[in-house]
Order: sequence, then C-alpha cells, then structure tokens
Amino acid sequence: MPDKPKVAFYWCASCGGCEESVVDLAENILDVVAAVDIVMWPVAMDFKKKDVEAMADGSILVSMVNGAIRTSEQEEMAKLMRKKSKLIVAYGSCAHMGGIPGLANEFQREEILQYIFEESPSTVNNEKTRPEMKFETNGGSVTLPKFFNVVRALDQVIDVDYYLPGCPPTSKLLKQALEVLLSGKLPEKGAVLAPDIALCDECPKKDTKPSDLKFTGFKRPHLTQIDPNTCLLAQSIVCMGPATRGGCEGVCISGNMPCTGCFGPTSRVKDQGAKILSALASQVEAKDEKGIDETLATIPDPVGTFYRYGLPASILRRKNFK
Amino acid sequence: MSTKIEQERNTNGWEPRIIAFFCNWCTYTAADLAGVSRLRYEPNARIIRVMCSGRIDPQFILEAFSKGADGVLIGGCHPGDCHYMEGNYKALRRVQLLKRMLKDMGIEEQRFRLEWISASEGERVKTVMNEMTEQVRALGPLGLPKKFEEWDKEMELIEQKVNGEEAAVHA
Repeated sequence: MPDKPKVAFYWCASCGGCEESVVDLAENILDVVAAVDIVMWPVAMDFKKKDVEAMADGSILVSMVNGAIRTSEQEEMAKLMRKKSKLIVAYGSCAHMGGIPGLANEFQREEILQYIFEESPSTVNNEKTRPEMKFETNGGSVTLPKFFNVVRALDQVIDVDYYLPGCPPTSKLLKQALEVLLSGKLPEKGAVLAPDIALCDECPKKDTKPSDLKFTGFKRPHLTQIDPNTCLLAQSIVCMGPATRGGCEGVCISGNMPCTGCFGPTSRVKDQGAKILSALASQVEAKDEKGIDETLATIPDPVGTFYRYGLPASILRRKNFK
Repeated sequence: MSTKIEQERNTNGWEPRIIAFFCNWCTYTAADLAGVSRLRYEPNARIIRVMCSGRIDPQFILEAFSKGADGVLIGGCHPGDCHYMEGNYKALRRVQLLKRMLKDMGIEEQRFRLEWISASEGERVKTVMNEMTEQVRALGPLGLPKKFEEWDKEMELIEQKVNGEEAAVHA
C-alpha cells in the first residue's frame, strides 16, 4: 500500500483555539485521518521533536502551524517544520498576522517582564526573581527559550506557502483547505485560503447597511442594546467588516457581536488598521476639529481596536521606542 | 540657505526627509507659485501631487514613515473650497484619528501635519515648509527602516546559535 501523505500540526504563541478548530471537524476528522498520516500534533499525539528531526527533508506534505513567534524555541520549531515540509500553512490569525499575542508589540520586552514578575496584582516576588535562560541544578542544567523583544507573524520568520485566516479558522475552511492541498491542484503560492472580498458582502445584515453613514459617536457593544436586524455600523458600533476578509460567514455578526477583524484584510489592502480607520473616520458627521475629536474620542483605543489581530503584520509592525 | 543649517549638515550628515502630499487644486499650485515667485525655503520635502487631500489613504502615510520619512506633511484646500466638495473634510477626520494612533505607536505628533493652503498662498508654503523642517530637525531622525533591521537582529543571533549547534553535532 502506498504511503499516505504526511500532515503535521504545530503550535507556537497561541491559545489553543486553533487546535480546537481542528477537533471541531467532528466526524469529518475521520476522513482526514483516513486520507493522511498525522506525524506531529503536540496537543493530541505523542510525537517528539526528535521524531521530526529524523524525517527526510520535505517529507511532510503539509504542516499547519498556528501561533505567533515570540520565543527562540518557537522560531527553531518553525524552521524545523519548514525544512521537513513541502508546504507550510500559517494557520489562524496569530500565524497569519501576529494575532492577539502581537498586541504585545505595543510594549518593550522589559516592560512586560517587569509587570509579569514584579508588578501584577497577583504577584508576590520580593526578591524580584526572574527566570533565567540557563540554570544549574542537581548536577544538571535546565534551559528556557529566549523571550524575544518583538512578536512576529509566521512569514516574518519562515517562508509560508498558504494562509488559513481566522481566530480560529472555521472547520469548513480547514476541510476545504485540506481537500485542495491533498488534491494536488495547488492554489497560487501566498494565497489566503478564503474568499477575497470584504465580510460585508456575506453579512446577514447587509441589506440594512446605509450607503452614507454619519457618525456622531461610537457605542460599546456591552453597553448597548443591539438591534439584531440592522447593520451594526448603522447602530454606531465599531464593526471591522468593511476592512476584513469574508469567509467566516458572519459568525460573530450572527451572534449579534461586531466583527473584530480576525480574517485580516483582502489581498488589495496592506494595512487593515489604516483602512478601517479611514472608513470610520471619513464618515464622521462633524466638520470641525473639536467636533471630530469628540466623536472619535468614543474609540478609546484605536491601535488595540483596529490592529487587534494584526499589529506585527501591519506597516509599522510595533510601537517605536527611542 | 543659512550657514547654521549648512554647518549642521556637515557635522552629522543627517537632514530631515519629509514627504509632502499636496492637493492638485490648491497646495500644489501654491507650491508652484512659491517657485515662480522665487521664494527660498528649506529643500527637505519631496512633494507628491495628488488630486485631492481626500485621496490620501492613511496607508500612504504609514508607508512613508516605514520607508524612511522623518515627517509627513499634507496640504489641501481650505474648508469649503474643496474641488470635490467634501474631500478635505474626509482628510481632516482621518488625520485627527491617525494623529492619535501614531502617537500611540510612538511617532511624535510634530512629525505629521495637515495644512490648508490655497493656490494663492505661496508665502504660506514657504513658512510651513520651514517650520516643519525645523521641528523635525529638532526631533532628529525617525529611522524606521534601520529600526526594522535592528529588531530582526535578535533572530539572526539565534539562527547563528542553532546553525552552530547543528554544525557541531554533524562535525
């Protein structure tokens, strides 16, 4: 019997939601297991790094790598998976664009370590002990990976063939992606395996989107009684739909929550945050500086809102420090 | 050109690089007028002519900074004068939010400026160009391309270490 194609899953700086989305294939996962050999999947199976190292270069057909790159260990494993795989898929928002962990690019490494190990309310650490990269104990030495100053998307570390967007990607998109990658009819390199049109196009509330919006202030979803049948922008809720790629079929919108942008921009856009900033700000009603500022002050955190999933992949990449 | 500026140029070799987006109908024409009137002003801005200040995508501004601009200047028609009715209002609204966002991203406010300059205000072009150049010169270089390189050095070091260990294993 000819060998089945080999597939690997790996995780870097991520929450585990992407792994969950693989499990969410439910009974379809049986088809996947029947069609491929899973050779690495730390969350579910007991393969080790040395097992992958022992494989021939390029012998894995496709590796789905989720999570951002924050430590030297993640970087090393990403490079190992690249070496051993024909195709690398950046799986989920963090691998695709840096994701939620990428918001740490608003801070410096030292600020983060100081807060976590000294200042956070739940920390008691009078000696101000910090983890060391290498520590000698009981005649042996234990090591920890280096914590980088910058959070990176996967393609800022290794060459990536395809992207599967979403926080997490939907099972439907994963199934489609596996089918197309196993079929051998490969899409163009660098493709994002989701429709290349803004979410508004498939939004269930599309028909109620006004052609002209006039914002006088934005409302926070948790403080607002949202009408389930009307476009969220028309209700002055910040919805990232106009600047976000479709393909999720409006899961958040259907739950009466605004889009927060996890699918990233379409192929024509380089910087998702700049685009939603442009779309929202230009439709403010006021024409004078004071009025405009008052309206826009109702978006308290523009960076965290507009780059929630993509600060590392944005044009500026991270906050600039002198 | 004042000798003071020339001296500075000689001492550290750095000069502010400013990208100016000027609207075709007002500010670009004003810059033309400044030239025809033989007004002398700081030569630090590279002017890009756009049809309307409302055409300036915030991506252009981020791109300019990331490619090495130390400052970005936008020039458009005075409120009420836009050739396309509303373009300059859209520009103003985007600029107000972008200013806040740039500040959060560690880019000083004085590096980014919007000015209304009508076609007849050649003198104003001179004043704004000089002021902005002076402000940016005082701030010093932003130098994002160099910073991107520096940020990525932390990975090169690890790569050298990993390659070194692998080479040691195979030796």
